[in-house]
Amino acid sequence: MAVMTLVQAVKSALDLKLADDENVIVFGEDVGVGGGVFRATEGLQKKYGAKRVFDTPLAESSIVGAAVGMAIAGLRPVVEIQFDGFMHPAFNQLVSHLARFRYRTRGERPMPVVVRFPNGDGVRALELHSDSLEAVYGHVPGLKVVMPSTPYDAKGLLISAIEENDPVLFLEPKRIYRAVKQDVPDGLYRIPIGKARVLQEGTNVTLVAYGAMIRVCQQAILEAKKDGISVELIDLRTIYPLDTATIVESVKKTGRLMVVHESPRSFGVAAEIIARVNEQAFYYLESPPRRLTGNDTIPPLPKSEDLYFFPPERVYYELKRAFEA
Amino acid sequence: MTAEQKTATRRSAKPSTGSLFEAFDPLRGRRLEILDENGKVVGGEWMPELSDEKLLHAYKMMLLARVADLKAVSLQRQGRLYTLPPSLGQEACAVGSAITLEKEDWMVPAYRELGAWLVRGVPLSRVYLYFAGSEYGNVYPPGVRVLPTSVPISSQLLHAVGIGHAINYRNRKEVVITYFGDGGTSEGDFHEALNWAAVFHCPVIFFCNNNQYAISHPRARQTISETIAQKAIAYGMPGIQVDGNDFLAVYRATQEAASHARAGRGPVLIEGVTYRMGAHTTSDDPSKYRESEEEELWKARDPLIRMRKYLEAKGLWDETREEDAKTEAQAKADEDFAEAEKWKANSVDEIFAHVFESTVPELEAQAESLKSFRKWKEGR
Repeated sequence: MAVMTLVQAVKSALDLKLADDENVIVFGEDVGVGGGVFRATEGLQKKYGAKRVFDTPLAESSIVGAAVGMAIAGLRPVVEIQFDGFMHPAFNQLVSHLARFRYRTRGERPMPVVVRFPNGDGVRALELHSDSLEAVYGHVPGLKVVMPSTPYDAKGLLISAIEENDPVLFLEPKRIYRAVKQDVPDGLYRIPIGKARVLQEGTNVTLVAYGAMIRVCQQAILEAKKDGISVELIDLRTIYPLDTATIVESVKKTGRLMVVHESPRSFGVAAEIIARVNEQAFYYLESPPRRLTGNDTIPPLPKSEDLYFFPPERVYYELKRAFEA
Repeated sequence: MTAEQKTATRRSAKPSTGSLFEAFDPLRGRRLEILDENGKVVGGEWMPELSDEKLLHAYKMMLLARVADLKAVSLQRQGRLYTLPPSLGQEACAVGSAITLEKEDWMVPAYRELGAWLVRGVPLSRVYLYFAGSEYGNVYPPGVRVLPTSVPISSQLLHAVGIGHAINYRNRKEVVITYFGDGGTSEGDFHEALNWAAVFHCPVIFFCNNNQYAISHPRARQTISETIAQKAIAYGMPGIQVDGNDFLAVYRATQEAASHARAGRGPVLIEGVTYRMGAHTTSDDPSKYRESEEEELWKARDPLIRMRKYLEAKGLWDETREEDAKTEAQAKADEDFAEAEKWKANSVDEIFAHVFESTVPELEAQAESLKSFRKWKEGR
């Protein structure tokens, strides 16, 4: 066991899988000598050589496109895209190829590729460095979308993702890259993709969140508790496939639902969760489901960033309204 | 510099190019031509070594591609195949390039490579099946290292690069050939692919079927570069322009590119100057954007006529053999289409299968919903 930050846990997973399987290779922009902009690959090139861990030309479409070809030739690429906003040049490769090769070839050509990139707001970054468009990726048939909220989960989920024979987008909440520390086992362990986790049991309202929002929710729950509101908190862990069963079961118990995410509201993850709960547990609901999300605006530059991402007080405020409705 | 970095850059010394690539340096404005329009040898010094048997095999493959293509267009007109891209006129590029490669080499096509598919062992019945609307048309026999049809423009070039990278990773001697059109050279992925392949010395042959049109957009408006081959220079790799209607020129250039790549010297860009004699796809009307005079000019440059005249002059071919070979090709096309037409539509389970390795609850629920509707409908 060692105490790790989320970014250290990511590095630990990469390190162990590089050691474990020679088909695993790690590449992206500045991941070699530089160790990645957030240092998630620091030291790995030194340990495994430039053949296993290497820097590519600055061109995101080629990073994902070459990974597709490598997967066809039997490798298991784990690629890093420096920032969420830099995913956009690679979108064609994601949607037109990575997501569809298995389907297009009736299972003959699987895509064991992991695309890692930071996600979300809160680090006073430049334009296009704060996007969180997980719903967009969740909407693409053939992609799995994972987002951890703790160092322990980050390591276990990333190891599972690397071992998957399907493409996994691994979104790392950059706001908590270093904000949380936790005991993490030294060796290989796996957390299943597609399973949510009930972080805290409660009886009055089900609160669903993921990634950096989990911490925000946990702080809000402490305040709500003083008002006698008992919250059941579910960490989604995986955006797609979505663990509907765990959410529905919880709502059947609590009778109320609130979903929190920092990405834009329209056509978002909360909309999907609420639709499923309406389909499967409508008659258990005591009040209309609520959602607290980012706005359908471009994330503002740092001076106005605080207007975009919300503090725990905002979650508390909305929770109270959900409970009182 | 660390030891690792040295290892990574050891192969990046400037590759020495073969004499062919020096002689046809794109910046010198020369084009490799071996057979002229009448099948006369004009570039004898570059003549590849080819047995009579292989020459005849190549011609028969070109003929099969021609016959199979004409049949496909006719079937499409009858509504028995969906939209398809005819390959009429590009048989020398397709067959001349693909036939130089070894079984363990890889081919990453776009969508107009009928001759190359056939040469590389893709069953004609599967090609027909794909254009008859089934994903199973992308499933090839074991050991056929051909990727499925790629519809987006030039994005497949990066898959070839990734395969080439993996070949280097495993220290193998295989090469990858990837095909695209003149329009494809405008896409960002073309530039990213050439750049990556050159930086990492990936054994990739970039084969441009410069067929003069990207749907209706003429080559002259696609790029202001004098040639497509010269683009290779900017990326640090050899480039060569060849007469794409001359089987022998295409063969020679691709063979040279393959040995260059196999020797660890990295990628090569080949520009085959050819002409798409038919439409872009069966949904398109080329009379809107090109003159019949131009089409007549290229009819006279037909790659099959040129090759046939060459074989006749060598005493390897005659009218009787031509008729026999055509009959044989027609019979094969008929038989393979009959096989493709027998294929049924996917079942409900099949359209949900293969999204992921194993199913997920969302997909199970959606499949159940569709089945339930279909059962209800049957009972009506």
